[in-house]
Amino acid sequence: MIRTFFQRAPIRRLLVVLGVVAVVELITGPPGSNQYPTSGFTGSYAEPASFFGMFRTQRWLVFLALALVAWGIAEFWTRYGDTIRARGSSALAGPRQVSERRPVRVGFALALLVLGILLPHIVNDAFWQSALVTYVAIYVLLAIGLNVVVGFAGLLDLGYVAFYAIGAYTTAWVTGALPTPPPFGHALDAFWAIPFAVVFVVVAGVLLGAPTLRLRGDYLAIVTLGFGEIITIFANNLYGITGGSTGTKQIPHPVFHVGPIKYAWGLAPVPYYYLALGSVVLFLVIFSLLQRSRVGRAWTAIREDEVAAESLGINPLKFKVMAFAVGAASAGFAGVITASADNFLFPSSFTLVFSINILVLVILGGMGSISGVVVGAIIIQVVQAYLNHTPPSGYQQPDLYIYVGALLITMMIFRPAGLIPSRQRRREITLYEKSHEGHPDEVLLGDDV
Amino acid sequence: MGSFGHYLATHFDTLKAEFWFLFVGGVANGLLYAMVAVGYTLVYGVLRLINFAHSEIFMSGGFAGYFVLRAMVGATVPTGFMSVLIIVLGIAAAGTAGAAAATLVERVAYRPLRRRRAPQLAYLISAIGASYFLFNLAGKEFGHLSVGDPQPYINHTVFTIFGAPVLMYDLIILVVSVVMFIALDWLVGRTRLGRGIRSVAQDAETASLMGVNIDRTIAITFIVGGALGGVAGFLYGLNIGVVYNMGFVPALKAFTAAVLGGIGNLRGAVLGGLLLGIVENLCVVFVQAAYIDVVAFGILVLVLLVRPTGILGERLGRTA
Repeated sequence: MIRTFFQRAPIRRLLVVLGVVAVVELITGPPGSNQYPTSGFTGSYAEPASFFGMFRTQRWLVFLALALVAWGIAEFWTRYGDTIRARGSSALAGPRQVSERRPVRVGFALALLVLGILLPHIVNDAFWQSALVTYVAIYVLLAIGLNVVVGFAGLLDLGYVAFYAIGAYTTAWVTGALPTPPPFGHALDAFWAIPFAVVFVVVAGVLLGAPTLRLRGDYLAIVTLGFGEIITIFANNLYGITGGSTGTKQIPHPVFHVGPIKYAWGLAPVPYYYLALGSVVLFLVIFSLLQRSRVGRAWTAIREDEVAAESLGINPLKFKVMAFAVGAASAGFAGVITASADNFLFPSSFTLVFSINILVLVILGGMGSISGVVVGAIIIQVVQAYLNHTPPSGYQQPDLYIYVGALLITMMIFRPAGLIPSRQRRREITLYEKSHEGHPDEVLLGDDV
Repeated sequence: MGSFGHYLATHFDTLKAEFWFLFVGGVANGLLYAMVAVGYTLVYGVLRLINFAHSEIFMSGGFAGYFVLRAMVGATVPTGFMSVLIIVLGIAAAGTAGAAAATLVERVAYRPLRRRRAPQLAYLISAIGASYFLFNLAGKEFGHLSVGDPQPYINHTVFTIFGAPVLMYDLIILVVSVVMFIALDWLVGRTRLGRGIRSVAQDAETASLMGVNIDRTIAITFIVGGALGGVAGFLYGLNIGVVYNMGFVPALKAFTAAVLGGIGNLRGAVLGGLLLGIVENLCVVFVQAAYIDVVAFGILVLVLLVRPTGILGERLGRTA
């Protein structure tokens, strides 16, 4: 009797919603400590709160109300969701067709570019102007690079931070900020670090990729993770070469000096924003051209079925190494810009956490979808900047990673293709779902089992 | 070249002098790695996946044990029967916590994807998400600073091997891990449940046709591996202390051990763990302590490139 009651679908959904809301309540609550291990939990549930400043009550009541509302929405959606979705997609069919026409897409991209150029003048706030560089533009650059590796070629790289670190350290080396003497015996301008950095990261990508890319996907993830850790350990301990754990603080600002044109970057963030924006646009163009080329199609083929791709005459190793090297290039760029804008670098900023954060940006927007990745990166980074700038009560900076972890799981369960999936992925998924209609309860295991 | 020869000669002298001392420590570390490695191997057997969240199972065991010790250990260090009781309770709590964390990970991060026949990349990502969620949540609830476990026993030298002291701590690890490995070997090799696990590892679809409940078998596999991982976390914490991200490096090394021995192979995992622990400890003589982790990763990369099936070879679904 009780058992059958709990097995009814709406009741089960209510229990799930209650559980999820209880977890949300916990992760947004006050922190605890190892001396009072229950304090975080009791604080999260029993702390005083109020409904929009009206009724004085406790946190758990507020969240209970929230859970009931969420449950109501969930019930409504299970009952009417399909109709709404069908109507929505038929209503959007026309605009979507229009939006997929080439002139419209190009026009839209140009409008966004103009918005991007005007943005620092629209947000006339010191924090947000520098956040546009340090939080947003750099990360967009990194995310579109990792997207080549993870999204286009389907290789899970957990050591992406290594390429970023190589870019940053190359800048420090070229400008003479490291204990190692700079190339050609004298310090060069930070702008000249760009070609060095790109060459180094591409070489590093090939060196790392050539032996490891033969491995299966999960092994590759672990090996790249180990590689990222090794780079950090070396950066931390090779005092004579990298400056060790204290890093370096003497990287000069870049100066562009070719012929009569001379421009020197200073402390102001906006010029760096334009530098980063320019690099983002450059890489966006390169990557989207690559995606549509033979190389991009080879990547897709390898991602979907490596054996089939190989039987069609594609050399998987060659294209995988290429994806690694190409993806690394934008990380190298990002490293140069960060190092020269900040003037300093510390090995502690190049950790595994960093690689995972970039991965999250790629997954939220949609692996393989360039526009999706850009949008996803902007959303997450703006939220992060906001949370760090004006933290809500009880929020500590590492809490962000709790949200990030939850977001990764949720995305993989409900929307694995991301917020804005690429058109190709969307078609693949619809085709796949259609071919599996009518078998919702099969004992399903992974494809390769 | 001469200086390099000198370097080797002096270091080999140190190695000779310190060998048994380092060996004992290496065995203790290696047994801990082995306990975690077994968890990787079990899950790999049934799902063909590396459970990235296994490090957090280790961490939850560490914290569960820490809280038991805090509650039980008073102002003076307990001795005799009290010590044994506290350690048994700590192991029970850590094993339960590890199993609970593993179940949670399986239910939330793996099972929904299994239903949808998701690609491998999706599993890896959701497992990384689960790992991130758990260890940062632990950081939020229990603070971000490391804390030492209260000592539940007097860590004196029990006996010596060739002059190298074997401490109480080493002995506890040895006894606990050997008992658990024997129990596990029996469970997987001799029981109905173990037959289920092996059949799912060999061929999941056929096993389900033969009446094996796949969901239940996978859940139990996670519980068994999680319990071992949790106990390992407790034993590790006894010496090192606990902190929210304590699982990361030991788990990576345990994974190396599992690959070294041959993933999917239980005895291989134990062998790989012991070998890695000993080799790593002996390397202390040759490289600075900071580079020890590099040695472990180097071994991992080398094994994957030269012999990806490990020393004993992958053995999915055959006895032990």
